[in-house]
Amino acid sequence: MLKKFLFSIFIIIFISACATTPKDSADSSGSGSSTDSIGTLTETSGSGIISGSQEDLIVNVGDRVFFGYDSFDLDADAQELLQDQAAWMKQHSDVSVIIEGHCDERGTREYNLALGEKRAQAVKNYLISLGVSSSRVSTISYGKERPAVIGSNDGAWSQNRRSVTTVN
Amino acid sequence: MISKNYLNIVLSLIVIYFSSMLNLFALEVTLTQGSVKPTPVAVTDFYSNKDEVLKIGKNISQVISDNLERSGLFSPLNKKSFIQDISSLSNQPRFEDWKIIKAQHLISGNVTKSENRIAVEFRLYDVFAQKQLLGKRFETSENNWRRVSHIISDIIFERITGEGGYFDTRVVYVAETGTKENRQKRLAIMDQDQANHKFLTDGSYLVLTPRFSPNSQKITYMSYVNTKAPRVFIFDIETGKQEIVGDFPGMTFAPRFSPDGKKIIMSYSDPEIGNSEIYILDLETRSKKRITNSTAIDVSASFSPDAKKIVFNSDRTGRRHLYVADSNGKNIKRISREGGSYYTPVWSPRGDMIAFTKQEGGQFYIGVMDTDGSNERMIAKAYHVEGPTWAPNGRYLMYFKEERTAEDGSGGDSNLYSIDLTGYNERKIITPLGGSDPAWSPLMH
Repeated sequence: MLKKFLFSIFIIIFISACATTPKDSADSSGSGSSTDSIGTLTETSGSGIISGSQEDLIVNVGDRVFFGYDSFDLDADAQELLQDQAAWMKQHSDVSVIIEGHCDERGTREYNLALGEKRAQAVKNYLISLGVSSSRVSTISYGKERPAVIGSNDGAWSQNRRSVTTVN
Repeated sequence: MISKNYLNIVLSLIVIYFSSMLNLFALEVTLTQGSVKPTPVAVTDFYSNKDEVLKIGKNISQVISDNLERSGLFSPLNKKSFIQDISSLSNQPRFEDWKIIKAQHLISGNVTKSENRIAVEFRLYDVFAQKQLLGKRFETSENNWRRVSHIISDIIFERITGEGGYFDTRVVYVAETGTKENRQKRLAIMDQDQANHKFLTDGSYLVLTPRFSPNSQKITYMSYVNTKAPRVFIFDIETGKQEIVGDFPGMTFAPRFSPDGKKIIMSYSDPEIGNSEIYILDLETRSKKRITNSTAIDVSASFSPDAKKIVFNSDRTGRRHLYVADSNGKNIKRISREGGSYYTPVWSPRGDMIAFTKQEGGQFYIGVMDTDGSNERMIAKAYHVEGPTWAPNGRYLMYFKEERTAEDGSGGDSNLYSIDLTGYNERKIITPLGGSDPAWSPLMH
């Protein structure tokens, strides 16, 4: 069920990523016209994903890891994904990222801001331990303010206890 | 923005005592006795022989009546049952007429107006003792009639209950709209009775946890106005100006003013430390002093009213508990003793209790305990309640309640509630949008 859920999130993100790609391409080419953006599309990879972009990270690596209740420990799955993120960052040495820390709704606003920050810091420290320069990684906590998944149930909460790596 | 007129209500008041408070009766009502039967009171329209001014008198009476009713301690009688008319009452009360309808107290008054100024005079009577308990007269500009009504309510409340008043106060909170994953939040302010509601920010960025300064002129809160660096800010209500509180690298949050208003106690997550610690920032020198030093989360600090102690939330023993320390961080002592997780401790303005949020068995509670952690009791319970704030008399609390969210995105509404310390008289605070993170101001007068 969790996998199915993750998969549907992935699809949604992927669709929206595709939808925004032409605009992003236009921006990066410095042109605002739609004909140009179609032109620049052909310069990107066959999938329409710009190498080193947020979409690239989401589709080819994964942008998020999940945490246990009231925990900022990185489990084996999280470490594995972050190892891939570190490798991706080495490949794209011009990219810097912001690590967002998030919590589920079952805590208070202030405590969750602190916990979200610890989650983001845990990810940052792990990336640094894998050789990513600390100057390329910053953190921000949203506490329980920006859940990824709506619902007051264990499934939603486990999806919301997360860090999200975003290309700066 | 708040109008200057409303703010600068340094009511240029001429207060005349009609009768001094010679007889200090034993308290007719006390708030600490569990359930209290509300005292029947007759709040009459304030009299004027001019129709135009009579309308002001009716409005004043309504505000006083609503305040007293909302306290849960008074039951204002239906005006239709009144026998004596307000014209004759303005000369002399006929106590028998008020005894018959079982009014224990009678509140009368009159209003006169000249140009834009009004003079409001009120009297409070003990019907059964057949005597006037007090009377006062206020002069102010006409558009201050609500303030005067609240001040009169406070005087009446104090005289009858022996507790401090709390009606001439305001509430700052976070107004909420939109779905939970992208909720828009705006600072908003209103009178304690929900009148004079105003938005202070436009909702284009997240704002959290506003708290009043001791003089109620400023608000400290957390803002994501810089989307990459959420920080503690101070908002000046009169000017609308916002100012960052110490621009350090790393997140600052969970701010509260010190009792003298010269400092802010807050949490700071220094990237060098990678953990939230409590700091006190001096607003004059802008220097910050670290108060806690542990590898655990230290958050949600609140000063005692004498500023000698602080209470805060920490998970240093694994579970989330409440700790009291000297305000320099020395002599840290855990005060919460029971099961569950404790959060958001707030010292009562009277100094005698600490209110908090508790989570246990899938439920959230608003509770209070003595400052040493004894006499813990819960006064509100729901799927999610959070963030108590004290009325200035230390006898009422406000907090917010958030509903469960269904998978289709419905539900999840957040609203403000008030309750008295006995756990009775829970009232929903009606706001234009949803509400969270309320903070009750000190008395404005």
